[in-house]
Amino acid sequence: MRYLPKSPADREAMLKAIGVRSIDDLFSPIPGEYRLSRDLNVPRQMAESEIVDWFKLRSKENGDDYTSFLGAGAYFHYRPVVIDALVQRGEFLTSYTPYQAEFAQGTLQAIFEFQTMISELTGMDLANASMYDGSTGAAEAVMMAVRITGKSSAVIARSLHPEYREVMATYATHQGIPLKTVAFTDSGRVDLKELEKSITDDTACVLIQSPNFFGTVEDVEAIAEIAHRRGALLIVSIAEAVSLGIVEPPRTADIVAMEAQSFGVPMGFGGPYCGVLATKDKFVRQMPGRLAGQTVDKKGKRGFVLTLATREQHIRREKATSNICTNQALVALMVNIFMTVYGKVGLRELAKQNLAKTAYAADQFGKNASVLFTGGPRFNEFVVRTSEDPSAINSRLLGHKIVGGLPLKKFYPELGNAALWCCTELTTRSMIDTAVGIVAESEGSVQSMKEAEAQEVAR
Amino acid sequence: MKHMTRKATRHVNQNENLIFEKSSPGKAAWKLPPLDVPEVDTTKLLGKFERKDLGNMPEVSEIEIIRHFTRLSTWNYAIDLGMYPLGSCTMKYNPRVNEFVSRVEGLANGHPYQPAKISQGAMRIMKTLSDCLIEITGMDAITLQPAAGAHGEFTGLLMVRAYHESKGNARKKILIPDSAHGTNPATAATVGYAVENLKSNERGMVDVAALAAQMNEDVAALMVTNPNTLGVFEQEIHKIADLMHAKGGLLYMDGANMNALVGKARPGDFGVDVMHLNLHKTFSTPHGGGGPGSGPVAIKKILEPFLPTPVVVTKPDGTMAFEYNRPQSVGRVRAFYGNFGMFIRALAYIFANGPDGLRQTTEDAVLNANYIRKGLEGTYDLPYSTPSMHEVVFSDKVQSKKGVKTMDLAKRLIDYGFHPYTTAFPLIVPGALMIEPTESEPKEELDLFIEAMKSIAEEVEEDPQFVLEAPYNTRISRLDETLAARKPVLRWKPETRGQ
Repeated sequence: MRYLPKSPADREAMLKAIGVRSIDDLFSPIPGEYRLSRDLNVPRQMAESEIVDWFKLRSKENGDDYTSFLGAGAYFHYRPVVIDALVQRGEFLTSYTPYQAEFAQGTLQAIFEFQTMISELTGMDLANASMYDGSTGAAEAVMMAVRITGKSSAVIARSLHPEYREVMATYATHQGIPLKTVAFTDSGRVDLKELEKSITDDTACVLIQSPNFFGTVEDVEAIAEIAHRRGALLIVSIAEAVSLGIVEPPRTADIVAMEAQSFGVPMGFGGPYCGVLATKDKFVRQMPGRLAGQTVDKKGKRGFVLTLATREQHIRREKATSNICTNQALVALMVNIFMTVYGKVGLRELAKQNLAKTAYAADQFGKNASVLFTGGPRFNEFVVRTSEDPSAINSRLLGHKIVGGLPLKKFYPELGNAALWCCTELTTRSMIDTAVGIVAESEGSVQSMKEAEAQEVAR
Repeated sequence: MKHMTRKATRHVNQNENLIFEKSSPGKAAWKLPPLDVPEVDTTKLLGKFERKDLGNMPEVSEIEIIRHFTRLSTWNYAIDLGMYPLGSCTMKYNPRVNEFVSRVEGLANGHPYQPAKISQGAMRIMKTLSDCLIEITGMDAITLQPAAGAHGEFTGLLMVRAYHESKGNARKKILIPDSAHGTNPATAATVGYAVENLKSNERGMVDVAALAAQMNEDVAALMVTNPNTLGVFEQEIHKIADLMHAKGGLLYMDGANMNALVGKARPGDFGVDVMHLNLHKTFSTPHGGGGPGSGPVAIKKILEPFLPTPVVVTKPDGTMAFEYNRPQSVGRVRAFYGNFGMFIRALAYIFANGPDGLRQTTEDAVLNANYIRKGLEGTYDLPYSTPSMHEVVFSDKVQSKKGVKTMDLAKRLIDYGFHPYTTAFPLIVPGALMIEPTESEPKEELDLFIEAMKSIAEEVEEDPQFVLEAPYNTRISRLDETLAARKPVLRWKPETRGQ
């Protein structure tokens, strides 16, 4: 076996040194009746070339030559090649949580820089080292708000990613956190009047997403004002991190629960991604997840350590702020490198290109079908309603090797034939024009069918 | 340097400030292509929601970024450099082909919502990995959704709870041995269960008599790690399972140590009802400085109705699909389908090994741990003489008489060119040294490790103060952790410029 660095002679010598006759002697603590006396029924040992071929075939079956208008929590942005060049350095790839600080300063300093940049971008005081993803991060943020406020319930915007809401519901069930959902208005934003009515003295927090699931930027300040008036915290989930380059961050929020996938993390069929929580200084001791902090060594030299560990499960066990242990460190490093590459100016320019592509696409679609939720500014997603079922339009688009917008019927049946379309800097004008053309054809044929029917009726 | 070490030597090490301290306006590492659609007026589009300033975000060039992160990387220790015997974490070799295949275009750029017609490759990977893991564990079904081990525990206990609820009583508590990982009690609390401690017996195993006394209809499950955190196989595991089952309870196995069993024994055969796996331990997906992990949960048939949604199913026409309509499901524990990139790597690892390689891997892991045990017995105190599987736990009993504790020994080990073992865990061993070499170490590396540990023990005898001041060969000496916790500095600000 090519990963095992021992010759048969080595094994013999080691068994002899240990003082046993055969390897089976070392497995004698396992009662005989449970010892497996056959080969596992898994594929036979494969050569590296066979493994590569097998996965290349799977890649072909997975639409490797399609372009797409899908967003909805997983965004296709350009990944600078330095990201993979750097994260594949063995010292990052094959190390673990920096428990021994003197021997892991590279990881620790990188986390400290990550925390700093996330804080800067979200407008919060501090950020943690990462959470699993945006959905679990949002759920952990709600549990954090419950601990901070001593109140028990939460109000969740219906314009929060539907799968984030599902995850939230799973977490809340056994925490005894009643959840109330607040609707969105025709503008695609949180219904402020309903929000006001939904909050009670027992509301620990309001959880919204901005830009929300429809791409619409929420009026965070107004929502914060309503939440704070009743002593509830405001948690803002951000699924499209690139928006932070040009959309004002939710500075009035108490906790930001972010999915940083847009920052240099491959879409990878849904993971691994990079959740992260950011908050105010005063809430740090209720924050879950690892934190790197600055300190000095015995000679006064600056260094970094994992800190405030008394919040964590390995110290506090059942009284910990969360059960999280392994996080998304290497993915956070991708995010970190992405943020460093684009930096202060590039992130804004990148976001601006996303904005321009989306504005153009929404305009073009709007000429042929109805673009919903025009009440507030949007970042890189928008909802298009067609006369025909969007799934039918999408199957025609697939013929052009284009994946159309996400049909919303499954999540929002009330929106009818609506689909969520997404553009990033990688969406080309010709892709947009092709998609718009097919939607226009669909609308046209539905229109002429209607006219034909009308004529039929008239006759 | 007191004693000479054959493994490590010092070399020139670059200093590197924080990236913010290298930034200056006008430097850039990015370039966007020309826009193929009309420019937009951001103020008009965004109004008061337009962001004007990105604060202290850095401005640096590409070469500076490469040097920055490369320099930082050289301050880390890693498996690629040498043995990393961090007990319970299973720091084994991370094959590079796994990284390569995870980056193949159609997999790396696959969107979780792309139509099933062009997601067959991804689903086939999930299905194949699921089948392999079910066979390896001897269980009946699996979910790949949990993002890490602790998240798997959460998912497993959710299913335990749903199972009991379906019987009309969720029950109140989870029994957890005192040797367990901290995640076990933390998870039980997350799922709304009280935690009841279970004392280990004098051999370091679950005290079956105590379990029999504590087990009753209020207990939903026992969470047992097997082999446990002492590296000891719970020999009475089937009695334990019977005790649980007799009173309607379930047996949860923390699969953190599954690398001691793969190809040799299957939890499903010895009475386990639900277990999680850590793909980043047993199945070699890289630890990446703390993650990402992946924590699939394998279950027996009785728990299948409660699996998180969606589940990958094969349709009559042979194509695969995600099934969402599962009314008894515990719901979703994560958006999308889990850490898919880790599934690719774990499956590539299984392919590279095959049944014979997986078995040999397990045998070598156990062989290595026992070789270290033999080599250090007599030098370090062995609190439990029970046979070791894939890891061995010593204590600092002998050395602490000179005032040198497990953490001090660990810091000195750094000077010898090894990553330390896990310190002060499991909690039932005062001053524990938990050593897990994994199968990835050749005999030569193990001999160097034994030599280093013996040499440190001699140093403790000769000059304990010297060991207390270690490490000497690192960029920085021991860090003030109290200061870090008392006055937390968790981000850079312009005024916190270092020297």
